[in-house]
Amino acid sequence: MTGTGSVHSWDVATAVDGPGTRFVLFLAGCPLRCRYCHNPDTWHERDGRRTTVDEVAAEMAKYRRFIEVAGGGVTISGGEPLLQPDFTAAVLHRAKQLGLHTALDTSGFLGARATDELLADTDLVLLDIKSWDPSTYRHVTGGEVGPTLEFARRLSALRKPMWIRFVLVPGETDAPDNVDGIASFVSTLNAVERVEVVPFHKLGAPKYAALGIPFPLADTPVPDAALLRRVRGQFVDRGVPVS
Amino acid sequence: MTTTTERTSTTAWRRFRDGRWCDEIDVRGFIQANYSPYEGDAGFLSGPTPRTTALWHRLTEMFTEERARGIHDVDASTPSSITAHAPGHLDDEIIVGLQTDAPLKRAIMPAGGLRMVETSLATYGHELDPRVREIFTKYRKTHNDGVFDAYTAEILRARKAGIITGLPDAYGRGRIIGDYRRVPLYGVDRLVAAKKAERAALDDLVSTEDVIRDREELAEQIRALGELRRMAASYGHDISGPASTGREAVQWLYFAYLAAVKEQNGAAMSLGRTSTFLDVYLQRDLDEGLLTEREAQELVDDLVIKLRIVRFLRTPEYDQLFSGDPTWVTESIGGMGDDGRTLVTRTSFRFLQTLYNLGPAPEPNLTVLWSPRLPPGFKRFCAKASVDTSSIQYENDDLIRPRFSDDTAIACCVSAMEVGRQMQLFGARVNLAKALLYAINGGRDEMTGLQVGPAVAPITSEYLDPHEVRAAFDRMTDWLAKTYVEALNIIHYMHDKYAYERIEMALHDHPVQRLLGCGIAGLSVVADSLSAIEHARVRVIRDETGLAIDYVVEGDFPKYGNNDDRADAIAVELVESFMAKVRRYPAHRGAVHSQSVLTITSNVVYGKHTGNTPDGRRAGEPFAPGANPMNGRDRHGLVAAALSVAKLPYDQARDGISLTASITPAGLGRTEDEQVTNLVGVLDAYTDAGGFHLNANVLNRDTLLDAMAHPENHPQLTIRVSGYAVNFIRLTPEQQRDVVNRTFHESL
Repeated sequence: MTGTGSVHSWDVATAVDGPGTRFVLFLAGCPLRCRYCHNPDTWHERDGRRTTVDEVAAEMAKYRRFIEVAGGGVTISGGEPLLQPDFTAAVLHRAKQLGLHTALDTSGFLGARATDELLADTDLVLLDIKSWDPSTYRHVTGGEVGPTLEFARRLSALRKPMWIRFVLVPGETDAPDNVDGIASFVSTLNAVERVEVVPFHKLGAPKYAALGIPFPLADTPVPDAALLRRVRGQFVDRGVPVS
Repeated sequence: MTTTTERTSTTAWRRFRDGRWCDEIDVRGFIQANYSPYEGDAGFLSGPTPRTTALWHRLTEMFTEERARGIHDVDASTPSSITAHAPGHLDDEIIVGLQTDAPLKRAIMPAGGLRMVETSLATYGHELDPRVREIFTKYRKTHNDGVFDAYTAEILRARKAGIITGLPDAYGRGRIIGDYRRVPLYGVDRLVAAKKAERAALDDLVSTEDVIRDREELAEQIRALGELRRMAASYGHDISGPASTGREAVQWLYFAYLAAVKEQNGAAMSLGRTSTFLDVYLQRDLDEGLLTEREAQELVDDLVIKLRIVRFLRTPEYDQLFSGDPTWVTESIGGMGDDGRTLVTRTSFRFLQTLYNLGPAPEPNLTVLWSPRLPPGFKRFCAKASVDTSSIQYENDDLIRPRFSDDTAIACCVSAMEVGRQMQLFGARVNLAKALLYAINGGRDEMTGLQVGPAVAPITSEYLDPHEVRAAFDRMTDWLAKTYVEALNIIHYMHDKYAYERIEMALHDHPVQRLLGCGIAGLSVVADSLSAIEHARVRVIRDETGLAIDYVVEGDFPKYGNNDDRADAIAVELVESFMAKVRRYPAHRGAVHSQSVLTITSNVVYGKHTGNTPDGRRAGEPFAPGANPMNGRDRHGLVAAALSVAKLPYDQARDGISLTASITPAGLGRTEDEQVTNLVGVLDAYTDAGGFHLNANVLNRDTLLDAMAHPENHPQLTIRVSGYAVNFIRLTPEQQRDVVNRTFHESL
């Protein structure tokens, strides 16, 4: 079981999934169905390529020197990496053995599956809090918000560095109370290094077309500057470092 | 001599630390003894003065007219020379001197080729003065005429088919950098004396053809130095002695460069490595209280304005190859010295600051010689300027310095040469992708069916066999390398004879070391094709004459640009093997063979003239620029692609390996600070990995699309293409589309 995982793809990217230049491994399979998801091609574990930990480690090793010089690390993303917790733990462990900084990019929905050992090998958690209001969360993701909040509190207790991410979708997640709920919650957590308010975009639309799935938010506008300002301001008002 | 020495020691060279440079021509020695490395940040820099802004504004209005008409104006009756045109001026300028008697007025240089001059003039609705035509047909032969007298039938066929292209047989070869710094440091009289000594040393040698030619060339160099002095005098400056202030140093240096661009319409007329040299003078004036920072910056701004308005008259065919009216006034900035001190000075910053004071621009072609050991403040300022203006290219100082010297500059895009000691015989490039198709087709051209290469048996199997194709490709490139070097030898023989660069060569040591600058295009197409043949199955489709005209790839294959050795090793082998083949043939005047993996914008034209290829690329589709992977085939981001390119061995491509990358600002970071930090990190790591060159564009595709639709709103939008930068709106629509369609890395 720990030997292989279902991998969607990997790339080496800067500034998107954690600090610096990073080897980003995208795992296949996700329990949520976010209406704004820009990677519908990562929903199903069965669509990924069976890949061994050794193969991933060999690929990571090719970038070790580059990442050391450039500054950065390894990020495991998805899909939802905690859908494959053993594989994720093994890859994180190998990355640490290579001396690389590690980040886990997760919705936290399956946070309970992250063992303490897995978290010990994780230097940074990129935690998506997709909504505060439970019914909005359910509407937007098809899942429950509770596990994510519980995971956040656990990370907080461990003082595990976190970047909280919130995708701002006009008409879906932008209600002032909803934003304020997250901001207020985040302000109670330890070790939150920053909050990223990520403006909704439609770059994933062609993927929906290619997969023959309707894109639920095809007609939703991207947030305008005023809305972004307002929402970022709400985090700032709670004393949370926002970017 | 006595008066010169007195003057220099008392005034011009005051406060300088002396050394061997005082007794012989040794600019590097002067710099090493006298420059002040600067380890700080950009905080000291000054903005533009109102005078600078007003002057630049007047010129930008003229650029609009120039774009509309193609050229602003031309003198169609005066063959250009160092002294041919009366002095010209800009209102309120500080640094004087123009190529002709008016700004943006282009000159004719018929010694390179008369037809090129006539065609260019006709394109813009002008006519050549009949007297000039008579002189250059009846009495004076041109470089172009000479070349075609000596070309073989085989070369003519290869040239026409486009397997060897872009040859400098009708235009100036360029890629020669005069050591323009010598003029301010020593003054013309001292340089003439040194040249006379070099000439006299040849008197004892037997008068063989080589020796006679050297003597004649040195005599021409001495004559050109005299013309340089007269040209400067026509602007009211006596440059017979050395410069004694910063302002004079900038002016003298510019006069020397100006003489070169009055005499030669070279493809690339690069400036060299001047900023740290000039810094010695500017710093001395600052120390003596003769100059303020604002005034120092104003001098640099004014010099750069002059460099931005260098113009040459060129044909539409030339513009297709090298689009956007480039002049490659390349200035190499930064780098480290052999002794471990950085060569970055405040004036290195001042040159980059012109991108803010005057706005972004393609020229001068600002080239930073990058090393992870550069001072952090300088690295951050470079990265910031890239993020803000996309106007900088980076080359690996740690590769260049040990192989050339720490006084090396880039000519054109990626061609390193030691300033004043080496020059290049520019050789454009061969189309390796076409060579692969010729290998399959037994030397017949896939577009025309004509026999261009040697008539050998074509490959007739339905599916391509890797061993058979490799062997055929090996034989075809044997022929190509031979034909190519022969063509170059003819071109450079005639260029020396009929269009000799008198003033540029006067600013070199004798004897000069020559480099033969060969080049290859289509590297990624061939690498992917061979990978497809090896790792997938490639079925050939032939026409009724048996000519292979298309390929069907069955299955997947590793592609160059993904840091995958299976494909990258093929690219490495292609570079090594073509270099080895080129080296087999002796080069003109003992030149050292070299090659580049660089296309400039010609990747579009090469693609247009090349049929379907076994990697699945369609006929007519552009090649990737330089050493880039084919568009869209690099699946793992820019870093993986860059590491593939970094595997290409610089020692087998010492004329440079070019990588062009477009990154969106968001792909570098959320804040400017983060973007700068990340770009610095990537440049350090790419350099560390042995990557040679990076053109870094930080742009959104939307900006380019808007500029295509509304060029008037983007007059200064600058974008780096292979090895140089262009005003985006001056590219042909075809090339604009190519740039827009290239991979934009949403993240690095």
